[in-house]
Amino acid sequence: MAAELAQNASAEIGAPYRALLESFVQQLREAGLPISLSEYLDASEALGHGVLGNRDVLRNTLATTLIKHQNHLPIFYTIFDLFFTTRLQPNSEEADIGELFDFDDELEAPSPQDSSASGGRREELSEEDLRRLTLEGLQSDDQDLLKTLARQSVRQFAHIEPGRPVGGTYYLFKTIRGLNLDAALDTLVEIAEEEADGLSPLERRLTKDEMERRINQLKEQIESEIRRQLVADRGSETMSRSLRRPLPEDVDFMHASREELAALKKAMYPLTRKLAARLARKRRHKRRGPLDFRRTVRHSLNYGGVPAELIFKHPKPSKPEIFVLADISGSVAAFARFTLHLTYAISGQFSQVRSFVFIDGVDEVTSFFETSDDITEAIHRVNSEADVIAADGHSDYGHAFKMFWDRFGSQVTSKSTVIVLGDARNNYHTSEEWVLKELQKRSRKLFWLNPEPKAYWDTGDSVMSDYGDHCDGVFEARNLRQLERFVDNLV
Amino acid sequence: MTNRFDSVDSVIKQLDSVDYLSDNAIASATFLGDRLQKPILVEGPAGTGKTQLAKSVAEMIDARLIRLQCYEGLDENKALYEWNYKKQLLRIQASTDSVESGDNWAELQDDIFSEEFLLARPLLEAITADEPVVLLIDEVDRVELETEALLLEILSDYQVSIPELGTIEAKQIPLVFLTSNNSRELSEALKRRCLFLYLDYPTAEREKEIVLTRVPQISDSLASQVAEIVASIRKLELKKHPSVSETIDWARTLVLLGIERVDEEVATETLNILVKYRSDIEKVAKEFSLNSGTHFDGS
Repeated sequence: MAAELAQNASAEIGAPYRALLESFVQQLREAGLPISLSEYLDASEALGHGVLGNRDVLRNTLATTLIKHQNHLPIFYTIFDLFFTTRLQPNSEEADIGELFDFDDELEAPSPQDSSASGGRREELSEEDLRRLTLEGLQSDDQDLLKTLARQSVRQFAHIEPGRPVGGTYYLFKTIRGLNLDAALDTLVEIAEEEADGLSPLERRLTKDEMERRINQLKEQIESEIRRQLVADRGSETMSRSLRRPLPEDVDFMHASREELAALKKAMYPLTRKLAARLARKRRHKRRGPLDFRRTVRHSLNYGGVPAELIFKHPKPSKPEIFVLADISGSVAAFARFTLHLTYAISGQFSQVRSFVFIDGVDEVTSFFETSDDITEAIHRVNSEADVIAADGHSDYGHAFKMFWDRFGSQVTSKSTVIVLGDARNNYHTSEEWVLKELQKRSRKLFWLNPEPKAYWDTGDSVMSDYGDHCDGVFEARNLRQLERFVDNLV
Repeated sequence: MTNRFDSVDSVIKQLDSVDYLSDNAIASATFLGDRLQKPILVEGPAGTGKTQLAKSVAEMIDARLIRLQCYEGLDENKALYEWNYKKQLLRIQASTDSVESGDNWAELQDDIFSEEFLLARPLLEAITADEPVVLLIDEVDRVELETEALLLEILSDYQVSIPELGTIEAKQIPLVFLTSNNSRELSEALKRRCLFLYLDYPTAEREKEIVLTRVPQISDSLASQVAEIVASIRKLELKKHPSVSETIDWARTLVLLGIERVDEEVATETLNILVKYRSDIEKVAKEFSLNSGTHFDGS
């Protein structure tokens, strides 16, 4: 007991640290990370176990206690760097906290004089020299040199103006352009090739990947240098608020950037497995199939030959058949790209998925997904080979549905689940909603996922409710979270 | 309660001694898992050494590893405990001869629901063990969301409640690792009770170190080439990326074949050790301009 008390005592952290942790957590929350009270308490307790002496350990300690999702880690690291490196120097009462910020001695906000010792010479570097030195640094992978160069080039190219409310990306772009980093990759590979007297394709490829990695690393350094200077200018609270980006699960499909889309794709895989499980599940959870005579007899031996416990066969889970109809017209271009990924992922999970795409005509693309193992290739084939344009290439749901009904309608059975993905923007054509009515009758379930916000439905040329009336469910699917909710409610 | 580790650095060193090359994040999580007495949830792609971490930690602190492999349909009979009804039945039969009236029934009932008739499954076994244990709950994402609840009591309080018997508390707090391949989102309740460690594929640098540790015969230059190639392959969009263990397998093969340097020919011939799907093999071959046409069409 005494030992336990002693341990508790050692786990207590001083008030200044607690205040520090509190404001750090506050900033994480500002940036949109969900941090619960119990996680905060864990972190607080963890700080009492001798993790304060080392910056890496402190960072990992806070990460492991506060962050519970891999997608949240990058934002956490950025905020950690902001918070623990460029804070204003603590005043004298908080002297012990000051140690925390002194891990890296070159972290104080750079001032014009701070380069007196090492950077003094470089102050006079011409832009040309800077570019040359950067290439050299990348070539030799000289970390120290690159670090200095990152700071130097930010000073020279970014021209950060105090008080000007511009995002960090603007300065990053300026610096990268100043250094001509975009051309650096090819140059570096060429240099390497000359040095080695010609490279085999394999070596060439490896060199390229390696150089790319180094360049990206330099870009990151530049970015954090810019952020550091901006923090010195604006304070870390403002900065972490400006870092607030939607978490991957909240990213809007329609307006996702390229990186966000990549993150979405990764996050989607678990979702399709879940979808598969949900759809197949209903039957499995019903206990009773026919009597399993063999196992009942065998089991009866436990009770001296009395068949006290009857064993039933589990019915085999039914194989759900899924029809996916996806709009791939221009108005939902971003969503369509995502839809195709989703369709592909779904078809990987179920044995019987039939995929269709439509604009104003409809075409079956099941075989494209089945025959190619490569998603990019499949999507390319869908976009180039599928015959989805009947008239002018503007969405015409009515016509596409009618065509679908004529060609494939009879194949929809009571075992099929039909999922339509689209914004129901019909360009004022006839809606032909009877098709959906018939489909609903024939199929097991008919769902509609709409990538537009609910408020926009039925505005302009959207005829969502005309179609929606005949669906078993219409869902807003603007982001992964909503899609997940749809899957959750499927049972 | 004594602490198992002195500091984060010592964890790194000790893991090193059992041939597990850790880094600061891994060591910090392990260290805190012990100090805060909380389970560690290790998430990441397949084959990054999640399970191995638990095994190595067990080896390092000289503890028994108790493993609960999760799967769909896992229930408490298999995870927590089960009554040994055959033995109970025998006990009842043995006593029927001597018992005429119902007097002894209560006594008998107490008797057959005692620890003697309890079959401990991995979770109960882990907390009732006298010697130090490491509990590994493997691939926890495979159980259904509802089944996760089974784990909550043991993870937060290190105890198991058995209706007939009462609550069994841990004799010692085991070090608990949960692994997840992230095939589905785990519940908030579970995550809140755990420390979180994300294990991604190692950097080329670290992977080289791992290869050097696990394949001692390999030359330094070959190891770094292996690591570089694997890192490049992982950048491609494949069905399944090469795992760390596959890297090690590949390195071993190269050593056995007596190869000093990987060139196109060697890479083409041994690619199937790294990448397992045919379509992936073709894609890698194409990307790296390996001469796959003749080699793979013939098979």
